[in-house]
Amino acid sequence: MACDNKLKKEMFEELKKYIDEIGEKNGALISVLHKGQEIFGYLPQEIQEFIAKEMNIPIAKVYGVVSFYHFFSMTPKGKHPISVCMGTACYVRGAEKVLNSVKNYLGIDVGETTEDGLFSIDALRCVGACGLAPVVLIGKDVYGKEQVKDMKKILEKYRKESVG
Amino acid sequence: MKENKKILVCGGTGCLSAKGAEIVKNLRDSIREHSLENEVEVIQTGCFGFCEKGPIVKIMPENTFYIEVKPEDAERIIVEDIISEKRIIELLYIDPKNGERVFEGENMEFYKKQVRIALKNCGTIDPESIEQYMAAEGYAALKKILTTMTPENVVKIIKDSGLRGRGGGGYSTGLKWEFASKNISDQKYIVCNADEGDPGAFMDRSILEGDPHSVIEGMIIAGYAIGATEGLVYIRAEYPLAIERLRKAIETARKNKILGENVFGTDFKFDIEIKYGAGAFVCGEETALIHSMEGGRGEPTTKPPYPAESGYWGKPTIVNNVETLANIAQIILKGVDWFRSIGTKNSPGTKVFALAGKINNVGLVEVPMGTTLREVIFEIGGGIKNNKKFKAVQTGGPSGGCLTEKDLDTPIDFDTLLAKGSMMGSGGMIVMDEDDCMVAVSKFYLEFTVDESCGKCAPCRIGNTRLWEILDRITKGEGKEEDIALLKELSQTIKTTSLCGLGQTSPNPVLSTINQFLDEYLEHIHEKKCRAGQCQALRKYLINDKCVGCTACARVCPVACIEGKVKERHVIDQTRCIKCGACYNACKFNAIDVA
Repeated sequence: MACDNKLKKEMFEELKKYIDEIGEKNGALISVLHKGQEIFGYLPQEIQEFIAKEMNIPIAKVYGVVSFYHFFSMTPKGKHPISVCMGTACYVRGAEKVLNSVKNYLGIDVGETTEDGLFSIDALRCVGACGLAPVVLIGKDVYGKEQVKDMKKILEKYRKESVG
Repeated sequence: MKENKKILVCGGTGCLSAKGAEIVKNLRDSIREHSLENEVEVIQTGCFGFCEKGPIVKIMPENTFYIEVKPEDAERIIVEDIISEKRIIELLYIDPKNGERVFEGENMEFYKKQVRIALKNCGTIDPESIEQYMAAEGYAALKKILTTMTPENVVKIIKDSGLRGRGGGGYSTGLKWEFASKNISDQKYIVCNADEGDPGAFMDRSILEGDPHSVIEGMIIAGYAIGATEGLVYIRAEYPLAIERLRKAIETARKNKILGENVFGTDFKFDIEIKYGAGAFVCGEETALIHSMEGGRGEPTTKPPYPAESGYWGKPTIVNNVETLANIAQIILKGVDWFRSIGTKNSPGTKVFALAGKINNVGLVEVPMGTTLREVIFEIGGGIKNNKKFKAVQTGGPSGGCLTEKDLDTPIDFDTLLAKGSMMGSGGMIVMDEDDCMVAVSKFYLEFTVDESCGKCAPCRIGNTRLWEILDRITKGEGKEEDIALLKELSQTIKTTSLCGLGQTSPNPVLSTINQFLDEYLEHIHEKKCRAGQCQALRKYLINDKCVGCTACARVCPVACIEGKVKERHVIDQTRCIKCGACYNACKFNAIDVA
């Protein structure tokens, strides 16, 4: 796995600093989790335990919140996270086909990351760029309309860039 | 050339993702090259609404409307349009009705019938500039109430205006405010609900990206009216641009003494903080939203007590949608009579719709309540893509229902949509054509609801899963005679026994498609046929006589069920075919039909 994110000490320190700076800890859990995911890229058990300890709340509550919201992930994302929009507008313009072509090409399912750590797939509920339907996000790049008919070509471009 | 030209470039998410930022940069570079910095200004505005043809560039004061602009067109725009005063014909919109180029935005069918209140400043000002907002009567309403009105006056105006919640519920905003203003408490809260979870809707995001100050002004006015000193915006974390612009707007408002201890130098105190959502559709329900803001799981609780009585941390709280708040300042400024003169008797004002799906002009439109569906879809929306036949339009998202051909002349407002078995919802409008299978569409919505159900109450958690399973069976050709009755009965039970609005409305797409498209359901069940060719398991691939025997299909077939000699017509063995469609995609001669 290329995705052996070393949970570096300074990352924990950065998160601790953020928690310490919150005046009112009551009700701040979601903001802290957002910050944690921003720093580490995902929220594995170790980080949830750390947050629970620092904020003095039960670990069960932290896990309960993490597992409730789509935005929080307990698995590391790929280097190029792919998000296929599955909003209604994209759906009626053929998003399912696009998602299937990505799944087939990478050989992984939604919510999984490829062995080499390059790609991960997510199905989003709506990015609100319905004018470009069907929409696919790869990292911060947006692809839509005619472009996504050939996802293989787009993904190969990313693969080439990464392999060099 | 004339002096003082403005070039407005759309900075909505759709246009930005289509290289809008590069266009701005190139325009500015080109202006510098030609030393026109003092004569020409480039402004990145909010969404113009005409997303289908983005990125859009407008030249003011002429109001020239350029569509599908590419970064490399920037130089031409400066040289030909600005300096030589010649319009660039090939960048103008073509009216599909007569094939002629349209020079000005306001002459386009798309804009003719629109009345902009909530979107008044979207696409005309720089959302990050408080000066431009103030120049467009911004914060004038706030000044007016702080200096000339009591909180009771403000509540009365909003109540008399008949403004109803634009988040979808349609509850009277003024009544909500009145309720909260009468509750005595040491602390009250105003919450702006910007957790637009409805798939296929982007009105709230566009307002926040295009005119964040109007929402802030609405919140401060609401705060004054009910006696709250704190505002919270609960916004989706998936809206980075909206968050960024809102944050900047809050900061500049603080700097200008519009937020903080003494608003406009009066004794009134009000401040706003941003709270992030984390992607849960149920958090659009106000009690769930409040729990989420308190840092917990977004699970709803029974009402009463309503948030207006006991909400955020148990204090009286008003939850208003973005679009509702964007209407407030205008109502205060222009008065009750003006607002009531627009729209219908029981639903005054306008509604912003996000038009999407199989429609020519995807985009953001604001029309008076009472405009008919036909006007919205065929005049503003420019009709159905690729001249296909219109089949249905879904309003209200996963909680709504679909309307068909016979409803096209219905004036749209809260009550008429409810009477038709749909609902207003937040304003997503998804248009479908003959190629959409209504059983698959209702399964799609159910999949969404099952995924988004918080799981707290059994009817919604278990019932919707069962509904989805039945629909899934039907789309796979395994439907049974008794399924329709079962779907109806189960839907009714879920509607009457669920805890919150999500469960109470989740079967609506199923009921409404059964009501309008029973024949499609029966076809799936009895004939194992999907007329739209959407349900994969029911598809049949047949090779017609256009086949030249190139063998492309046989070579890609994963189960080797296509036989035939080179240069002779091939045949698909239906008993072995797995309906994957690989042959259909491989054929270059249109020789494969989908039945």
